[in-house]
Amino acid sequence: MLRAPARRSSRAALLSRIVAALFGGYALAALTSVAALALPMRTVEAVLAGMQASFLVYAGAVIWVFAARSALRAWLGLAAVALPLLAMACKVWAEAAV
Amino acid sequence: MSAAAPRLRQAMAGLHTWTGLLFGWLLYAMFLTGAASYFREEISQWMRPELPALTQAPVAADSAARAVATLQVLAPGATRWVIDLAGARTNVVAASWRIGEIDGRAVLDPLTGQPLAARATDGGEFFYYFHFSLHYLPRVAARWLVGLATMFMLVALVSGVITHKKIFTNFFTFRRGKGQRSWLDAHNAVSVTALPFHLMITYTGLVTLMTLYMPWGADRAPSAAQIRPALRAEMTALLPPGAPSGVTGKLADVGAMVREAQQRWGTDSVARVIVDHPGDAASQVRVVRGDAGRVSVSPRYLVFDGPSGTLQQIRDQAGPAAETRGVLYGLHVARFADAATRWLFFLSSLAGTAMVATGLVLWTVKRRVKQAAIDKPTFGFRLVERLNVATIAGLPVAMAAFLWGNRLLPLALVDRREWEIHLFFIAWALVLIFAIARPVQRAWVELFAAGAALLAVLPWVGVVMGLRERGGFTGFDIALWGVSLVLAGIAMRIGRSKQRAA
Repeated sequence: MLRAPARRSSRAALLSRIVAALFGGYALAALTSVAALALPMRTVEAVLAGMQASFLVYAGAVIWVFAARSALRAWLGLAAVALPLLAMACKVWAEAAV
Repeated sequence: MSAAAPRLRQAMAGLHTWTGLLFGWLLYAMFLTGAASYFREEISQWMRPELPALTQAPVAADSAARAVATLQVLAPGATRWVIDLAGARTNVVAASWRIGEIDGRAVLDPLTGQPLAARATDGGEFFYYFHFSLHYLPRVAARWLVGLATMFMLVALVSGVITHKKIFTNFFTFRRGKGQRSWLDAHNAVSVTALPFHLMITYTGLVTLMTLYMPWGADRAPSAAQIRPALRAEMTALLPPGAPSGVTGKLADVGAMVREAQQRWGTDSVARVIVDHPGDAASQVRVVRGDAGRVSVSPRYLVFDGPSGTLQQIRDQAGPAAETRGVLYGLHVARFADAATRWLFFLSSLAGTAMVATGLVLWTVKRRVKQAAIDKPTFGFRLVERLNVATIAGLPVAMAAFLWGNRLLPLALVDRREWEIHLFFIAWALVLIFAIARPVQRAWVELFAAGAALLAVLPWVGVVMGLRERGGFTGFDIALWGVSLVLAGIAMRIGRSKQRAA
């Protein structure tokens, strides 16, 4: 009686980590590629640098998601990195909209 | 920390196992066809045996000028000609052009400029494109699938390193004939030996297709309209042609333009000449530097005004990020490599192939004991087992079938180029059926033996058919025998270990 719900919740946690790794990781990588445009370099250079860095961010994010002690901590870690990147990316989007 | 370390390793081991298994078969195929792609030009030469060996080294400027003269007859109204000159690894000039929406191509003799007739084949290009675009599938979908597999590979490598706590001690440990333990030792040895290569090739693989996978920086509106072309200019010399004037014009001496580029970069430097709107008064000639002898593939070229032949633009450098990308891409395709380095890249890729293969086998070896305890192996176990046989032992058979098709398919066959490729996939499908129908252990031995036999006999086919006027065997044939010996060796080992187990 006690074990069945425990297994179900650990399955949900695993699924949550897989989603965090696949899609959270990609979102983080994509944010990095846009945030790079806020750096003080030529736009084309920044685009290229952002693209190249993004895959390392993606790999790091996946490793982090499975290394974290719980699925919740995994998501929180992704969010903690995403926030400053999002701030930079917003700046880029705001400039682009002008 | 000490309590967290084993837990972390356990988590990483799980991640490593499942990322490895999910894309293992695709990664194996990518590694093996990628390894073959380091000899793409040599494979292409072998697959067009009618083409004569060069009696003397062609002079780049002369052979470019002759190719232009021929194209003026073959494709006078073209929007663009692309002329790939002969080099150390190619004995022909490959010309292609576009007239309206129709593409044409021809292979020309570098010494006379005359078109050469050869059998229709994709040659080494097939393995090269299959390696990252697969086949039959839509291009973009296939490349996303390949990218996802590559990302899994990168994660599997990093998690594998974390899992593997005693990376150097274990490297010098090999326990023979100990079943699971030996498979693990073998997996670790091939992974660790070439680890820098595996990390490099995986990451740079993502970089080669990064504009597809990470378009978000370039897509930021509204300046995307300017960024896209500028980005393209950092990555390739093949830029969209400008507008024609509509007035006919003559083309100045292209040979002189090639000589001017050679003065800048050296004798063996020019690889390609691109002529935009060749018959127009607004024509442009782009003389492109080759990738031999330099690691970066960042575009380097001179642009000449077509009618006057005056130098208009020099592209001779790139920004740091663009040059980094050029170097990463260059490391992946290794066009800079001399023969020894090329073989090193080839062997490292084979180590990667073996890494994936031993990992896949390890998955089943680990679970076989547990499966024996229950009456019938689970469906998942049997699926992995059969897919392992069909991929690991079967792909070499399919690749051999492709080469056999090149020799045996009638020259007049409609869509011959495509049929060579169909044959590859037909053979692979048959191998899968075989792997399902036969007992697993026997299927392993028989398929590796079949691959070895197909490659061993193949060079004789060319000789019996009297291909090439000089006849006899080439260095490539000898390499085929080498691969055949390796496959035969694997078949014998598996056969022997089976006897021991019985």
